Amino acid sequence: MDVEYIAHLARIRLTDEEKERFAGQLGQILAYVEELGELDVEGVEPTAHAVPVHNVFREDVARPGLDRDTVLGNAPATRSDQFLVPRIIE
Amino acid sequence: MTDHSRLTFEGAADLLASGGATSADLVRALFNRIDAVDKTVCAYTWLDREQAVRDAEAADTLRASGGGGRYTGVPIAVKDVLNVKDQPCTCGSRILEGYTAPYDATVIRRLKDAGVVICGRVNMDEFAMGSSNENSAFGPVRNPWQPDHVPGGSSGGSAAAVAADEAIAALGSDTGGSIRQPASFCGCVGLKPSYGRVSRYGLTAYASSLDQIGPITKTVRDAAALLGLIAGHDSADSTSVQAETAGIGDDLGKGIKGMKLGLPREYFIDGMDPDVEARVRDAVEVCRGLGAEIVDVSLPRTKYAVGTYYIIATAEASANLARFDGVRYGARVEGDDPISMYGATRAAGFGSEVKRRIILGTYVLSSGYYDAYYLRAQKVRTLIREDFDHAFQSCDAILTPVAPTAAYRLGENTDDPLKMYLGDIFTVTANLAGICGLSVPCGFTSAHLPVGLQILGPAFRENTILRVGHTYEQATDWHTRRAMP
Amino acid sequence: MIASVGLEVHVQLRTNSKMFCGCENRFGHDPNVQVCPVCLGYPGALPVINGKAIELTVKTGLLLGCTINHRSKFDRKNYFYPDQAKNYQVSQYDQPLCSGGHVDIVLDGETKRIGITRIHLEEDVAKNIHFGDASGIDFNRGGTPLMEIVTEPDMSNADEAFAFLSALKQILQYGGVSDCNLEQGNIRCDINASVRPSGSDTLGVKTEIKNMNTFKGVHRALKYEIQRQIRDIEKGREIIQETRRWDDETGVTASMRTKEYAHDYRYFPEPDLLPVELTDAQIEAWKEGLPEMPADRRDRMVRDYGIPEYDAGVLAADRAVADFFEATARACGNGKAASNWVMTDMMRCLSERETDIASIRMAPEQLAALIGLVDKKVINMPAAREVFSILFEQGGDPETIVKDKGLVQVSDEGAIEGMVDQVIGEHAKSVEDYKAGKQAALQFLIGQVMRISKGKANPQVVRELFMRKLG
Repeated sequence: MDVEYIAHLARIRLTDEEKERFAGQLGQILAYVEELGELDVEGVEPTAHAVPVHNVFREDVARPGLDRDTVLGNAPATRSDQFLVPRIIE
Repeated sequence: MTDHSRLTFEGAADLLASGGATSADLVRALFNRIDAVDKTVCAYTWLDREQAVRDAEAADTLRASGGGGRYTGVPIAVKDVLNVKDQPCTCGSRILEGYTAPYDATVIRRLKDAGVVICGRVNMDEFAMGSSNENSAFGPVRNPWQPDHVPGGSSGGSAAAVAADEAIAALGSDTGGSIRQPASFCGCVGLKPSYGRVSRYGLTAYASSLDQIGPITKTVRDAAALLGLIAGHDSADSTSVQAETAGIGDDLGKGIKGMKLGLPREYFIDGMDPDVEARVRDAVEVCRGLGAEIVDVSLPRTKYAVGTYYIIATAEASANLARFDGVRYGARVEGDDPISMYGATRAAGFGSEVKRRIILGTYVLSSGYYDAYYLRAQKVRTLIREDFDHAFQSCDAILTPVAPTAAYRLGENTDDPLKMYLGDIFTVTANLAGICGLSVPCGFTSAHLPVGLQILGPAFRENTILRVGHTYEQATDWHTRRAMP
Repeated sequence: MIASVGLEVHVQLRTNSKMFCGCENRFGHDPNVQVCPVCLGYPGALPVINGKAIELTVKTGLLLGCTINHRSKFDRKNYFYPDQAKNYQVSQYDQPLCSGGHVDIVLDGETKRIGITRIHLEEDVAKNIHFGDASGIDFNRGGTPLMEIVTEPDMSNADEAFAFLSALKQILQYGGVSDCNLEQGNIRCDINASVRPSGSDTLGVKTEIKNMNTFKGVHRALKYEIQRQIRDIEKGREIIQETRRWDDETGVTASMRTKEYAHDYRYFPEPDLLPVELTDAQIEAWKEGLPEMPADRRDRMVRDYGIPEYDAGVLAADRAVADFFEATARACGNGKAASNWVMTDMMRCLSERETDIASIRMAPEQLAALIGLVDKKVINMPAAREVFSILFEQGGDPETIVKDKGLVQVSDEGAIEGMVDQVIGEHAKSVEDYKAGKQAALQFLIGQVMRISKGKANPQVVRELFMRKLG
């Protein structure tokens, strides 16, 4: 596994020590899960949900949300009633 | 004067009803107990004593005026993964530092509606990832029976608090055994409801298709009572099921005479602690003695369950935990652009186990690997469900150990994640299949550590496993033993 | 060289609430006031599907001749971006609500069919605001329902793309699916364009131009980009598969030289949402609720009101205009007059005031009453225009306005004759010109009477009197 690439996808900066340690541990874990390859899963439906339910819909009714002061109060940084982030370069 | 901290949930309700104590008395007794033992156990992450006493007094006033219900004023602890309005919700992580929940989880709203008092928040493995409660930013929780041992995880704080009589009962969450295993390690009762039985709204998600909230208690009757309060369909959780919730616990006293209890050969494996196996087999004999018919069943795909679980759970977790990015709430480490801010925030905010699982989950979903890992695991999940469907055709419930070992020493398994994962072998299957499972104390190892009996039942047959568990419990006295003087 | 253009059109749906939570779906509020734990991606919050969004997407599919998939599901599309609360977008990956379909466009009298690949439903992202040194995020739009319509690369130039978008907009507005207000970003699109030598049937390397929010912009960007690709190929340069940005001011597309991160969206089924299963009965019920489409309406209006096909086409192009016209025509029983008023005076006033028909005070019944007054010769056309302006601005009862303003037409010959004689006396030169055969001179003389009568004289009567006296 290219731990550095995957960690980048997951937006986690790793130290060199972590990269090395995780590479070893994850390698072991992946080797272990290889045993799933022993099973014949041809024609088996994948299970994405543990309950066989469908069509759960909400009525299209608007209701009040959270108070803005509460919402911005939780944010690490705000400006002009907005969540502040480092400059987005498009 | 009796020590109110030793009360059960039902016992507390009886005492309040009889006027033998007030809710405020109970809450204060718990705080005294916490002051006495929590330095050793380290179960709590957060307490607001004044607010808890105010809530208790409000419950007392309500009761005095003839209002409220049976459980009005009974205090419980909640795992630090559940959102309670105006309380922090750390999930055992640094990354949620500074976050105050602006809303109540559905289970919390239901408990509050019933008048139950939230007396504090209890520790856990970070984001419910772990089996030993050693992965918390607040430090490890200790096993009240032997404080150099782990309490199990991830709901280690819930189980330890109940076992040490620092809580009358607690809520935990179970994604791969996180209620049942710590309950077993700490000598408590732990119930993982069927998937869809309890609303997940307000439970910080680890693995959405596996997570369930459930009680950790001192008795099976208490577990039934708490489940009755929190269960039921919720329009805010699309995966919560419209199942009948009236009558939960009604079958407790019916006994198990004539019931068929399955014993799966795949759950008694090489390398398991012989003491654990012996205690579970003893328990099986007790059940036989109570009139149950013990039948052999097979769950042939059990050996693939751990692999399947760690692929599905980490994949879902990799997306569920992406929201912790330092933008809207929680901790942030600044950076020159969003990407470096994310990388630094998540590097500092998450502990090793969480990072490891996010990376594993990201990998199994990544381009070129999806079919080999994630899709295949979803298919094996189907086979594991089919194993249970088949087994339940020949029995009413299944008896197994909760874990291959009793509690181990702190630090014993921390360097070997795979070894730690393999300890989840007997519990992850219920989450993968969506069925219900109960852990009941069934004795002690020669090292005086508790052992748990797991009772698995078909989806939405909580009444069946509660009945088996209660009948067994009443025939033994394990649940009456206390961990700490 | 031949160009191939495909579009990915993002349409904001007209719902009351957001896609997965009950927050209001409305444009123009102060920042971060339409937010809740769900659309802010708070710990523990869970989505629930807005049934109306499913209905509107399926209706769009029906209007575009798509196959409605009986089973559909939602997936998580994973990527980090500050405008995304959860750092994954709930979208539909391999089982969209609608597949196949088409939109017919007409250019220079020729009809061309543009294929629709699929239509799926997702949640919109929040809005970024740039402060210079940093960026701000407003989550009001975050989590609102967004329908994505993906076309086949069937368009071959900018005009076709423009015609496609116009036709699509008309259908969506008609279907009540979206307001399609471009200023509010109701429709945005990504362009895929490639060129290849005539005679080749393999598509060339395509470039993508993202986040276009005006149809004119799409037209200009495509004109430029197709020419650029042809020029580059002719110069022997290779076309690189890349994302380009359209700069509306300089009128060019430019490569987005941002650090290239591999896109690996790691789609997987959204575990918090259950599949959508649609029965034939449900689809049929939605189909029956669909409104009449513009072409059908045009043909019917020709039959029902006896108006020319061209006029009917213009009126039918906008559902609100057509609704106004039909209500007026039904109320006054004079389709031709209703059509004339709506197509000329109404359209002119609307464009002068830069408003739309939904925003004006005048009701169709009021215009109908005005037409009735003209038909009964109570007022003449100049007076009617004056009343119309008042109605357009503030509404009201035409009869009352006519009375208040003293606009009742004078048709009594005795009253008009004096004025005619006066004008003949004062304008001998024009009288001579008319007698010498200049028709324009008669118009001038009639105009003078109208002036003296303050517009109230019946012009027909005035004309007859002049012709009698000077003939």
